[in-house]
Amino acid sequence: MLLIECPYCGPRDETEYHYGGEAHVPYPEDPAALTDRQWGEYLFYRRNTKGLLAERWVHTAGCRKWFNVVRDTATYKVQSVYRLTDPRPSTGGAL
Amino acid sequence: MVEQTGTDLAGLRRSPLAHLAETLEQVSAGSDSVTVREIPFLNMVGIRVDPDSAVASTLAGITGVGWPSAHGEVTGAVGDSAVLWLSPDEFLLVTEDAVELPPGLDGSPDGALPTISTHPLTVRLVAAMADSGQPGQVVDLSANRTTLEISGPHARDVLEKGCPMDLHPRAFPVNTAVSTTLGPVQVMLWRTHEDTWRLMPRSSFAHFVAQWLLDAMTEFTATPVS
Repeated sequence: MLLIECPYCGPRDETEYHYGGEAHVPYPEDPAALTDRQWGEYLFYRRNTKGLLAERWVHTAGCRKWFNVVRDTATYKVQSVYRLTDPRPSTGGAL
Repeated sequence: MVEQTGTDLAGLRRSPLAHLAETLEQVSAGSDSVTVREIPFLNMVGIRVDPDSAVASTLAGITGVGWPSAHGEVTGAVGDSAVLWLSPDEFLLVTEDAVELPPGLDGSPDGALPTISTHPLTVRLVAAMADSGQPGQVVDLSANRTTLEISGPHARDVLEKGCPMDLHPRAFPVNTAVSTTLGPVQVMLWRTHEDTWRLMPRSSFAHFVAQWLLDAMTEFTATPVS
């Protein structure tokens, strides 16, 4: 069980959250101009990092706010948590 | 068109746990360590505003209660008007039940649409929000959740069987309210007194939560085998 610290509510069990996938995936500037392959890659292709990954989480059973978590996908250790309005924390280029 | 024959709309309401009222009462009557009951029809208003904005202070003037500023905080008083913190820009106002018939249903013929979302306070808040022209919303959520009150010296033991929060008084003092889970169900949990808690599950989950509580209470309410 992960213990994730919601930036608004404090530490809560993983069961109160839902996972939102990799964070900082930019929405295409002109989606209509993309080929099917590019659109498919935007929707479904992720880096599948082993190690530190910035990901989105939503506190479904609490404040219902989205926020970002930097988590190690190998050890499950949560390194940092930040709001969508906060700057992306530096992780030494591992992201 | 169906002719309106009665104006006592409040009498037609049926609470989500009306069918279990007798069971809850029987179980509670046999126990001095934990009791449970439904508090039906509390008036609840969902308010989304930036608490620092001008319209927020207008609304606070109407409710007579300030805005809670952080997670878990409750302003106001149980049994009167209380505002629960849901998120940085979302609050739940809980007040006692009151119904005021809108014009059109009280015998005067000015044709308002029938509604029973007519707590006088809600009506004033909605009007103030609309008049302000600022971003935000005020929504009557009275039918969204029902309220279960569990109390007694073992109430915390019952809740701790299914709630992931730390409910010890040092972490969860009186007049704290949080949105969390009880078993698999999302509920608002509000400690109103030292040994008294309010659980507010959504109406469609109320039956499950009540049955869950009855099951969890068994060890404290069952008659000992002699």
